[in-house]
Amino acid sequence: MDHPVKRDHARFRKIIKGRIRDNLKKYVSGGEMPIPKGKGVFKVPMPQIETPRFKFGDKQQGGTGQGDGEPGDPVDGQQGDGKPGQGEVGDTEGNKELEVELSVEELAAILGDELELPNIEPKGKKSLESTTNKYSSIGTVGPDSLKHYKRSYREALKRQVATGTYDSKNPIIIPIKSDMRYRSSNTTVEYENSAVVIYMMDVSGSMGDEQKEIVRTESFWINLWLKSQYKDIEIRYIIHDATAKEVEEEVFFKTRESGGTLISSALKLCREIIQEDYNSSEWNIYPFHFSDGDNWSTDDTKLCLEILDKDILPNSNVFCYGQVESRYGSGQFYKDLHTKYGTDNESVILSKIKNKDAILESIKDFLGKGK
Amino acid sequence: MNRSKPIQGELLRLKEEIEQYAIDYGLTYYPVVFEVCNYDTICILAAQGGFPSRYPHWRFGMEYDQLSKGNIYGFQKIYELVINTDPCYAYLLSSNRIVDQKLVMAHVYGHADFFKNNAWFRTTDKRMMDVMANHGTKIRKYMNRYGQDKVEIFIDAVNSLENLLDVNVLFETAEVVRKREELEKTAHEEELREDDDDDVRSKVLKSYMKSKAKNELSPEEVVVPNEKYDFKKMDANVKGTRDIMKFLMQNAPIEEWQSDIIGCLREEAYYFLPQRMTKIMNEGWASYWHSKIMTNKALKSSEIIDFADVHSGVMAMSPKSINPYKIGIELFRDIEHRWDTGKFGKEYLECTDMKKKESWDMKLGLGREKIFEVRKSHNDITFLDEYFTEEFCQRQQIFTYKFNPRTGRNEIDTRDFQGIKQKLLQQLTNFGQPLIEIESSNYNNRGEMLLRHVHQGVDLDLSFAADTMKNIFLIWKRPVNIATVTEEKEYIYVYDGESFKPVKS
Repeated sequence: MDHPVKRDHARFRKIIKGRIRDNLKKYVSGGEMPIPKGKGVFKVPMPQIETPRFKFGDKQQGGTGQGDGEPGDPVDGQQGDGKPGQGEVGDTEGNKELEVELSVEELAAILGDELELPNIEPKGKKSLESTTNKYSSIGTVGPDSLKHYKRSYREALKRQVATGTYDSKNPIIIPIKSDMRYRSSNTTVEYENSAVVIYMMDVSGSMGDEQKEIVRTESFWINLWLKSQYKDIEIRYIIHDATAKEVEEEVFFKTRESGGTLISSALKLCREIIQEDYNSSEWNIYPFHFSDGDNWSTDDTKLCLEILDKDILPNSNVFCYGQVESRYGSGQFYKDLHTKYGTDNESVILSKIKNKDAILESIKDFLGKGK
Repeated sequence: MNRSKPIQGELLRLKEEIEQYAIDYGLTYYPVVFEVCNYDTICILAAQGGFPSRYPHWRFGMEYDQLSKGNIYGFQKIYELVINTDPCYAYLLSSNRIVDQKLVMAHVYGHADFFKNNAWFRTTDKRMMDVMANHGTKIRKYMNRYGQDKVEIFIDAVNSLENLLDVNVLFETAEVVRKREELEKTAHEEELREDDDDDVRSKVLKSYMKSKAKNELSPEEVVVPNEKYDFKKMDANVKGTRDIMKFLMQNAPIEEWQSDIIGCLREEAYYFLPQRMTKIMNEGWASYWHSKIMTNKALKSSEIIDFADVHSGVMAMSPKSINPYKIGIELFRDIEHRWDTGKFGKEYLECTDMKKKESWDMKLGLGREKIFEVRKSHNDITFLDEYFTEEFCQRQQIFTYKFNPRTGRNEIDTRDFQGIKQKLLQQLTNFGQPLIEIESSNYNNRGEMLLRHVHQGVDLDLSFAADTMKNIFLIWKRPVNIATVTEEKEYIYVYDGESFKPVKS
């Protein structure tokens, strides 16, 4: 039985989600990210929804305080000092930041609603069977450690009542072997879909911080969406200039190299990762490549298209190429891909990301086809 | 739906013990019912202002959300929750230690005495539990009939008015209110009769016209003021009205159910008003008594450290605000000391010998009597105005601070007594809210609302003002203006249903 306030709470959360949805564009392009709080929960900071009332302007108001200090000393301590003590019925009007916790599913649902993303149909053949055991039934045999006392005694009581050996004045019940009941496991088969996302990013000299920020934001939301669609998801990161290497997540977003760009190096490494670790009959594979589109030579671009055609596309759900604009990049690679695959290709999605404001649109490009 | 249960066993024994101390000290109160519950339940209750069955609204959910997290993050911990009703309900947190429970009980008896004896609470309805529950039932009924969203949106708008109250209403006893309602009713009937005399249209038609005028609540619709709304008549003695909730309830072109909701929310707002006006005294008084009862009577020697720890937490000073618990308890103690020793009156004040003043003791022993008298007749403003002395101010290390635009931070401004006292009183004036009056309800002779912000040195937050006026517009349905002062210039701003802007004059 729930208290009505829990319904108010649910309503409040609904309103909050609406707010987040309305402000999603601002969030995303502002580079603001929900803060992971462990176990699939995110914290989304947002301004307190205060009931509008006539009130005094904050800044001008000033106030009174207690303690040491000379005129001119600052009083803005850290938040939260002062009254640790007691809350009291009445009105507490604080300008608290509201921190709302949302689960991956909720956050993804907001993104999905806002961008009208279709659900992904995992490839049928890629369902993994897994069995889980739950002790949810009762059997007549088993080890002592799984003995179900209540049920055993109930059986014994039934038996004694039936045989007339039960005396309500002296209700002692002694189970015998045939009364014993044990918890037994039910085996359930679950089908799991697993996905792997392989991010590749060009970290050559021409990719600046802003470009990386865009990739970071975009990959966060893409991961979020894919996590909501697949039970199991792995994420791998590749950075490249003229050579490619696999790195950890932090490194992926921090590295800045100088030098030229050979996109093929990343695609080669991506191919290797797929071949070694991800059998495409079991995995949904999503290679993403972000670059400013500046490739070293036309020969290398040819090589890239070859690797894509031969090894990557046949094994992936979809290959996504996101081109961030930079002052130095020529954007040639996008044109080359476009010439070959066009905009309406089933297995390749291309997207241009002009600036932070374009992030959401680009996410929609990539995920909007439900692949 | 019983999440809290009556106390028993050890707690019950403690309650009896503490209650006896309270009685011995001369506290009087309506019976106190202690219940014990877990933290979640305390959060549920606190989120709803202490009342377990209020009307449904998302903001209670928001309060609950924040409170229940507060515990996890360790920012705040509610020790006590006392409801001003007869009997007086108080909730104890089941996870508290015995020493905490004793402290809370003693504290609660302080509050209960204050609720019963302070003059500002004389007219609060002690059956508020039922009243709140009835409001809840009513509003739920409206939600079923008109849709939850529609009703909730209207409540959102009415919430914007919750601080537009007239503290003088608190002096009206139920009897006065009843009488006045009767008078108003007869006047209204008279009016109708008069109307009938000079108006050939029947009552039926009139009420039909009226209901036509009371449109659905939607800002898109242009409302044609019905000719039957006699703005001139309405405006006759409106100037200076501070009970804006009441004015709108009676005069705005809204549906019956909407005006009923304003009535419910207004009643609740007035119920909480005395608590807003006596925060310092009420907490000070309760803290004085928990401290007195604990240290003189109830504490075991093994509990002293824990008590000191909790007590000092409650009394913590902050550079950003005045802690009402701290200032309140210190002021009561100071008054007690002054009336015990005779440090008051002409002779003492005119004495210039600091040494003599310091050791001044006429052995009057009037302190206890005096504080009981003070707690009876004052509210925070008069309390500070009367008893906040220069010596006290220095001893408490109080200062004022203000925002320095150059450094972008709040900085200590002065430790000058006069300045501090003025600032304190200003912060407490009109329970800390801007003073807003109705200037005219027929402004521009077009039935527009003109509010006046009685400026006392601090400007309004304009973005909040804009949103507030939007909400008043939803109820009033015609442009809402406000006269105020911004950066030392007089302005009139208007919200006309489209936008908020200064009126070109």
